[in-house]
Amino acid sequence: MPGNDMQNEQPSYFTSRLDKAIGWARKYSIFQYPFVTACCGMEYMATACSHYDVDRFGAGLPRFSPRQADVLFVVGTISHKMAPVLKRIHDQMAEPNWVVAFGVCTCTGGFYDNYATVMGIDTIMPVDVYIPGCPPRPEMVLDGLMKLQDKIQDQHTTGNRPAPEARPDIL
Amino acid sequence: MKTSPLIESVTDRFPDAVLASHTYRGDATVVLGRKSLLKVAQFLKEDPAFEMNFLMDLTAVDYSAFGKRATPAFFASSGVAVKPSPQIPDEDPWPGPPAESRFAVVYHFFSTAHKHRLRLVVPVEEGDAEVDSLIPLWPGANWLEREVWDMFGINFTGHPDLKRILMYQEFEGHPLRKDYPVNRRQPLIGPVN
Repeated sequence: MPGNDMQNEQPSYFTSRLDKAIGWARKYSIFQYPFVTACCGMEYMATACSHYDVDRFGAGLPRFSPRQADVLFVVGTISHKMAPVLKRIHDQMAEPNWVVAFGVCTCTGGFYDNYATVMGIDTIMPVDVYIPGCPPRPEMVLDGLMKLQDKIQDQHTTGNRPAPEARPDIL
Repeated sequence: MKTSPLIESVTDRFPDAVLASHTYRGDATVVLGRKSLLKVAQFLKEDPAFEMNFLMDLTAVDYSAFGKRATPAFFASSGVAVKPSPQIPDEDPWPGPPAESRFAVVYHFFSTAHKHRLRLVVPVEEGDAEVDSLIPLWPGANWLEREVWDMFGINFTGHPDLKRILMYQEFEGHPLRKDYPVNRRQPLIGPVN
């Protein structure tokens, strides 16, 4: 590739443009892994189907193996019994990967505050985009998906991965 | 108080076993002594007048906090009725908890042949929370009894594999007991939250 001139240690526009092109390609070819556990799954299906057509954003091919996916959609309530499974799925995904918390149960535990429910999946893994709602409207999901695309593009433009949003200290 | 032919029949057959009975809005309930559960259940299943071949549900109630706290207004404000409308005459009001015991195990039976239902309630003491398993009569009782053991800590004598079914093996305690702290958390991974 011409322009990758490391001897002068000068950033060349070819390299940055290449990264940007990779980011552009990557954000429009999101391979999602839907980890669907509860009622939000119906809304996820509504979003994925032709009426809202998540394929417009290049995210139309869900992969059912974490090793083939690069965005983990956690859709639905996560119980303490399920948490190790979810963590393991996340660990199996190749870098770079992103995590979307779909629905208020995955964001904060939602209206569950009991012995069984994880109070937000950000207690066990980093989360890039939170989509609240019970369940979220497909418009909100698409908005979250576009925010995720912006994050993916930023990561390749600046070279820095945007930090996951910090979990507020509630205890 | 109205009664039902099912209740009369059980009471006539087992006068010592039946502690109480009532019908609440057409649902017949018999409160049984713990020791006679298996005997009565076998009669209900095999007697041609009953033929209760379907164990619809098996659950338990913890009455230790019953009537000691005011009913929260949550349901009233949400529009769900917490007490029946005064326009509906309540000729057979619910007589309340079946006994002084802390727990009650509740069995719901249905007969697909006669299309009738009967509910058995077995009061169980806290210090000796144990009843006979109904698996020999209704194999479907297996998982239901495991669930009751998991949630309430009531033992079922004769159960072949009494282990947790909903919670994980590392879980301590029985979460639907009223003395399980409502904010106690036992996560497998991650912080206590």
